[in-house]
Amino acid sequence: MGRFFHRSRWATPYALLTPGTAWLLVFFVVPMYYLAKMSLEQGLFPIFSFGWAWHNFSDAVTEFKPQFIRSIEYAGIATAIALLISYPLAYWIAFRGGRWKNLFLLLVIAPFFVTYLIRTLAWETILADNGVVVRVLKDVHVLGADGRLLATSVAVVAGITYNFLPFMVLPLYVSLEQVDPRLIEAASDLYANSARSFARVTLPLSLPGVFAGVLLTFIPAAGDFINAQLLGTPQQYMIGNVIQSQFLELRDYPTAAALSFVLMGAILVLVLIFARVLGTDRLTAGTAA
Amino acid sequence: MKARRFVRRHVLDAYALLALLYLFVPISVVVAFSFNNPLGRFNYTWQGFTFKNWTHPFNYPGLSGAIKVSIEIAIFSSIVATILGTLIALALVRYKFRGSGSLNLLIFVPMTTPEIVMGASLLTLFLNWKIPQGFGTILIAHILFNISYVVVTVRARLVGFDRHLEEAAMDLGANEFVTFVRVTLPLIAPGIFAAGLLAFALSIDDFVITYFNAGTTVTFPLFVWGAARVAVPPQINVIGSAIFLIAVGGMLANILLQNRRARVAT
Repeated sequence: MGRFFHRSRWATPYALLTPGTAWLLVFFVVPMYYLAKMSLEQGLFPIFSFGWAWHNFSDAVTEFKPQFIRSIEYAGIATAIALLISYPLAYWIAFRGGRWKNLFLLLVIAPFFVTYLIRTLAWETILADNGVVVRVLKDVHVLGADGRLLATSVAVVAGITYNFLPFMVLPLYVSLEQVDPRLIEAASDLYANSARSFARVTLPLSLPGVFAGVLLTFIPAAGDFINAQLLGTPQQYMIGNVIQSQFLELRDYPTAAALSFVLMGAILVLVLIFARVLGTDRLTAGTAA
Repeated sequence: MKARRFVRRHVLDAYALLALLYLFVPISVVVAFSFNNPLGRFNYTWQGFTFKNWTHPFNYPGLSGAIKVSIEIAIFSSIVATILGTLIALALVRYKFRGSGSLNLLIFVPMTTPEIVMGASLLTLFLNWKIPQGFGTILIAHILFNISYVVVTVRARLVGFDRHLEEAAMDLGANEFVTFVRVTLPLIAPGIFAAGLLAFALSIDDFVITYFNAGTTVTFPLFVWGAARVAVPPQINVIGSAIFLIAVGGMLANILLQNRRARVAT
């Protein structure tokens, strides 16, 4: 191996990257090709034949429009709430955590060592009709006498918000932690009050973290089907539920494949719009770091 | 002005405290209900306190088999993914070569692909290639989604690496291989270890991709999913709490140790 390192330096990086890259190519890129091909096939299970069936896409979008809109809506609301919960928390850990920063970070990720499904089942218990939360909300008349949380969109959004929270907190923390406190000092030396120095210094510097957090929360949230299944009813089903049942229950593979691509496309478009809104040059600076 | 500042400061403290409490609400429910003594098949309402579930954690058909499968897959997939990912990270940070841009993209895109799409695409691959689904296909899938996370984690460690140390070793007569084994590897070992742990955690918790590619093989999350439809035994809460306590306990001990060391050093 030592001789190998010596003799052919130009080949070394390729030797290092070949096994892993091959894995990614064979089991990520090739499957995407088959999924794309499948989305243009027609027929009934188990016989499908390729035929540039573009109508799969238009049919899928027309038929499952409500679920698509719901996915974007739920994921959008959950991402916004997660940002509102996470930003102050990440800020507090980064600037007030002191010696115990790592401990607080551990507290943030610790709950996620309980399996996803078990966490969601716990929310089922918490939001249950005879649970404490519903009773309190009824007592203060936020909920009517026969009001409920479980099996409503509130429960689904609550579950999604909770389940992807560390994906929001961690990137926010990383970018806030990198903010040089001297810059904030400089701002106050120049007579900015704390609100102004936050708005003009801290917030802009933390935008790459906001972008990463929103991305990492929104993408899995938009494709999720577990929260809708366990905490909602078919009235709350999202596009993930449709893809799942089309693939594994109805076995209409072409429709399911077309839906998968529409979901990816929709996410990509939204991410690009969001990147444009936040300012692209800042973001590339963030990803390079 | 001072009073307002005091209030504002503590508003933030209170907010952060509430946010942390919120994170632990479902977990306390999971732990509490592991001590429940449910009457029916569903462990949803509180009936009475018992240690029974903790003394017989595997007393439910299929549960111990599912846990065994999950652990095996997590071990194998994290080891393979850590090796493959570390090699890619070394290539990316240490060498300039053609195609590194596309390689970065190839690593980035799987992390931003919704799990359901990744699971579905793998399913179409296995259907097309007529590969029967089961342990092997789950393993393939887990290695796949772990590689990107390993690359990112190890690369972060490699970027902040002082290359003078390697030059010093070579000046002292070590060849490249010896330098790598004796200098580079020990220095990046914590990053590799962290990447391996992350991969293990991601693998043992994965539901969606596994669900699409498991065939009749049952992992722990799949077991919970199947159980949730017909019955929720308290043993699920026991296993969930136990994994939580072991993982968090280990990390807590590590942090406290580091903090103590830091205090001794200063």
